[in-house]
Amino acid sequence: MSALETAVATSPPSLPELFTGFLKIGLMGFGGVGPVARHIIVAERNWLDDRAYAELMGICQALPGANTVNAAVMLGDRFRGAAGALTCVFALMAMPLLSLVALANIYDAVSGHPLAQVALTGAAASAAGLILGTAARLLAKAGLARWAWLMAAAAFVAVGVLRLPMLPSLLVLVPLGLVAASLGARRV
Amino acid sequence: MERSVFGQLVVTFGTISLMAIGGANAVVPEIHRQIVEILGWMDAPTFARLFAIAQTAPGPNVMLASIVGWHVAGTGGLLVATAAMLLPSSVLALACSRGLRRFGDNRGVRIVTLALVPIALGLMLASGAVAALAADAGLFGFAITAATAFVTYRSKVNPLVPMAAGTVVYVAVWSAGLL
Repeated sequence: MSALETAVATSPPSLPELFTGFLKIGLMGFGGVGPVARHIIVAERNWLDDRAYAELMGICQALPGANTVNAAVMLGDRFRGAAGALTCVFALMAMPLLSLVALANIYDAVSGHPLAQVALTGAAASAAGLILGTAARLLAKAGLARWAWLMAAAAFVAVGVLRLPMLPSLLVLVPLGLVAASLGARRV
Repeated sequence: MERSVFGQLVVTFGTISLMAIGGANAVVPEIHRQIVEILGWMDAPTFARLFAIAQTAPGPNVMLASIVGWHVAGTGGLLVATAAMLLPSSVLALACSRGLRRFGDNRGVRIVTLALVPIALGLMLASGAVAALAADAGLFGFAITAATAFVTYRSKVNPLVPMAAGTVVYVAVWSAGLL
């Protein structure tokens, strides 16, 4: 039995508990929900221990979509079935979407003003740096093998430099990565 | 005509949902390509600004789809784009959650993760590059991008801090008449 199954087998949280937990994750996740999600799921609510949480995030990483959304789906489903999954995703998205609507309305109100235009341009330049810096940090600590660095570079060049459509790029890159990963995993 | 806009949002974000390995930060170039270049729903600077606003709000990064939907078709567009971005990947997660019983020692999951992590990180760099070009903030804008990237890379401070600082510096330099 995996750590995740053991954790789920003992006293699953109710739907209202899941709702308030994920509502809080969504509300507190300014600048990224990852750390907040861990804090609430592991430390505050005791839904999972550290090992089970790492297991959960491991599978979420291997799936498309935001990690936290996938975690909400999987935890909700494990604890309370499809209704649990819906509850968790709805709770996770509710407050962020309300804040986004508020921000969008402010944007609408001010975007004609020259100074607001300048501020938004500066914010856009900064936001790009945020993603680049985060990617660089993750790359630095990922401990990638040589083939994996090549895969990362190929993905960057194909989509970021050559601006190729993403679907065909992934249809080439993902199978190549899978072959390299299974060869690499066998050698270790 | 309204209906076709909603239909297009469903198709665009519904397919992007399944390509978003590592989340929406991997698919900024594809969203830009479809929304700005193919559909022509907004210009590149507007897209970059919406991207910045989505970064400012709390919550998962999939909200880039939400704000693009909002800009194109108001609250209805926001809800449709959000649902389209969330649903396919969530259904897949649900199927995997039920299909895979033992995550921890599952060799298949390990190999998929090993293969996808470098691709996701390369795509994230591509997202940053495409967003920097779309921002159209000039040479000084690139300096702001580089400085924000450096601070984010080096320190564990909340990402909103370097982002706010970058914005303030950009506005200050512009106000001083230097841009």
